[in-house]
Amino acid sequence: MIWDALLLQLGYNATLVTLGAMLLGMAAGVGGTFLFLRKRALVSDAISHATLPGIGIAFIVMVAFGGEGRNLIGLLAGAAASAGIGLVAVSWLSTRTRLAEDAAIGSVLSVFFGFGIVLLTVIQTLSAGQKAGLEGFLLGSTAGMLRSDAVVIAVSAALTLALVLILRRPLTLASFDPEYATSTGQNVTRTDLAMMGLVLAVTVVGLKIVGLILIVALLIIPPVTARFWTERTDHVVLIAGLLGGVSAYVGAAISAALPDIPTGPIIVLVGFAIFALSLLLAPRRGIVSSLLQYYRYQKRVHLRQGLLALAQGQPIYERLTLRLLRAEGWALPDGVATKTGRSMAAKAMRDETRWQILRSDPNFETASTQYDGLTPIESVLTPDQIRDLDKRMDLHAVVTP
Amino acid sequence: MSGAEFVPLSLVPMLTGIFVAVACALPGNFLVLRRQALIGDAISHVVLPGIVVAFLVTGTVTTWPMLFGAAGAAVVAVIAIEAIRRLGRIEAGAAMGVIFTAMFAGGVLLLEQSDTSSVHLDVEHALYGNLESLIWLDATGWASLFDRTALATIPVELPRMALTLVGVALFTFVFWRPLKISTFDEGFARTIGMRTGRLGLALVIVAAIAAVAAFDAVGSIIVIAMFICPPAAARLMTNQLEHQVAWSVLIAVISAVSGYVIAGYGPLWFGFASSVSAAGMIATMSGVLLGLTAVFGPHRHRGSVAAEGF
Repeated sequence: MIWDALLLQLGYNATLVTLGAMLLGMAAGVGGTFLFLRKRALVSDAISHATLPGIGIAFIVMVAFGGEGRNLIGLLAGAAASAGIGLVAVSWLSTRTRLAEDAAIGSVLSVFFGFGIVLLTVIQTLSAGQKAGLEGFLLGSTAGMLRSDAVVIAVSAALTLALVLILRRPLTLASFDPEYATSTGQNVTRTDLAMMGLVLAVTVVGLKIVGLILIVALLIIPPVTARFWTERTDHVVLIAGLLGGVSAYVGAAISAALPDIPTGPIIVLVGFAIFALSLLLAPRRGIVSSLLQYYRYQKRVHLRQGLLALAQGQPIYERLTLRLLRAEGWALPDGVATKTGRSMAAKAMRDETRWQILRSDPNFETASTQYDGLTPIESVLTPDQIRDLDKRMDLHAVVTP
Repeated sequence: MSGAEFVPLSLVPMLTGIFVAVACALPGNFLVLRRQALIGDAISHVVLPGIVVAFLVTGTVTTWPMLFGAAGAAVVAVIAIEAIRRLGRIEAGAAMGVIFTAMFAGGVLLLEQSDTSSVHLDVEHALYGNLESLIWLDATGWASLFDRTALATIPVELPRMALTLVGVALFTFVFWRPLKISTFDEGFARTIGMRTGRLGLALVIVAAIAAVAAFDAVGSIIVIAMFICPPAAARLMTNQLEHQVAWSVLIAVISAVSGYVIAGYGPLWFGFASSVSAAGMIATMSGVLLGLTAVFGPHRHRGSVAAEGF
């Protein structure tokens, strides 16, 4: 069943919704990256919670005009309007009053959501209209969706993605270097506004798929995950879009196969699973690779110190050092150097002496910054320079007995 | 309205609402000043999986397992956020966003997968609780407050919330000076030997206890609102922490009472048959009060100086 869903074999509606979810996930991943880079990820939480009163009011208005209140476009328009008011309220509170942005976000989020809940209970008591399904906006539900709704979602997700692609360049510039963007004549305030508009679009389109409580995850998790895999911005944007698309596609497909489960949580958990894997396994920034780097470094330090101790005939008490030296075949279990060990120790000692001469010479000031007790001197100096150093080493040996 | 009607139906929910509002607003003052206002939001999301797991383990919806489950989930969340922040070198806000959404999603899935039809546990309940259902059946009027047999059947949420409020107030009172100093000047607090890290953690834990205790009675939305709106509104009224805390308590109480009354009786005035969500209305009222202070508050602007000389 799940395979059927993943291969888009569950009928036209499910296919449309799954593809729509994928497009939305891509738009959210890309748009979320800019939000993440501007460190405003949680503003989207306020926007998404602020959609609820709009949904309620749109429903009541549509019922008052004699409709069923189920028209998705009408509901989404209401959601967009109240989310816009919420966004204005957040920026007004955080710029015009002394309140910090987090307090503004939290208050708008809770108050709008609370008012939305009030409206939902009002709707419960209305006798007219088809009120079943409004709860679906909380956590997303794609089961039993009408054909027209599925089309609306797929088309608007595609439009949102197109919008993201159009705005990509100015957004990248403004996210990374707002001062430079201003100096090139770009209106950064307007770009920020466009970014928030984009987030608003993602939120509203995602209401039916992911639900308003969890849509913020679709904007945060893919960029954070993408950051593990690359150090380059343009790549972060691409990877975040890809990951967002994959999580939304897989999640929507699973939910189409298992209709009892709300769609939003599954999409979020698929995204989180990818995040957890990346946290563990990503090259360089992942946990496994960080541990490996740490042990490799530790090994180098211990080997170096062990060799210097061998060269000076000092006993080695540190067990780890001894074990590493034995593993390399440079020492015997009682701490006596083998033949290769002796020559390695002599080389380490000679390198150390060369470094010391080099560091006492002001001419080598730049080179001596490379000294960390581990870097081989051959990687810093040319053979000629080393030969020069060695001449002075002999001189040293003569002068200081 | 007569006591015979008010005491059984409205007294307990109204008092619970007040206790919740004040218990959340007190630590909220410091959270807002420390720019940690969204911690309440995060906590109320992550306790859901804890409560669901507690239900799955014990099979009942009772107080202590729920509290332990919720507290456990909060601890797991704090550890996970720290781990992601340090191991993955990710900014705190984003790490928080990853964890609280993922844990909430996990909680919802668990809830939908398990059979909770026999008990009162669902996502809607977790979000906006059911303040109105706290009915004191055995009460007959004001006299019941002094009647021992009637008092024994008072809904357990009320004494629990009262206890939480006492605990929170005691914490605020005992640690007033350290909290005040470390909130405004953490560097100075450290130089005079305060353990600011532990104090900050203790504040978050107290906030979590208030949130968890309130959660089951009134749902998460009112908790988030009460952590932020009354302190934020109070912040716009005064420049002194003592006054701010007093204002925030006042605003919390006004929101709770007016919200409950409007939700319960407002629709009747307009000729509707039934009431609306009290939790939602309390949150809305706190927002209205915040809006008023944001427009008219004497200290609403940044850099507003304390009026001196009186």
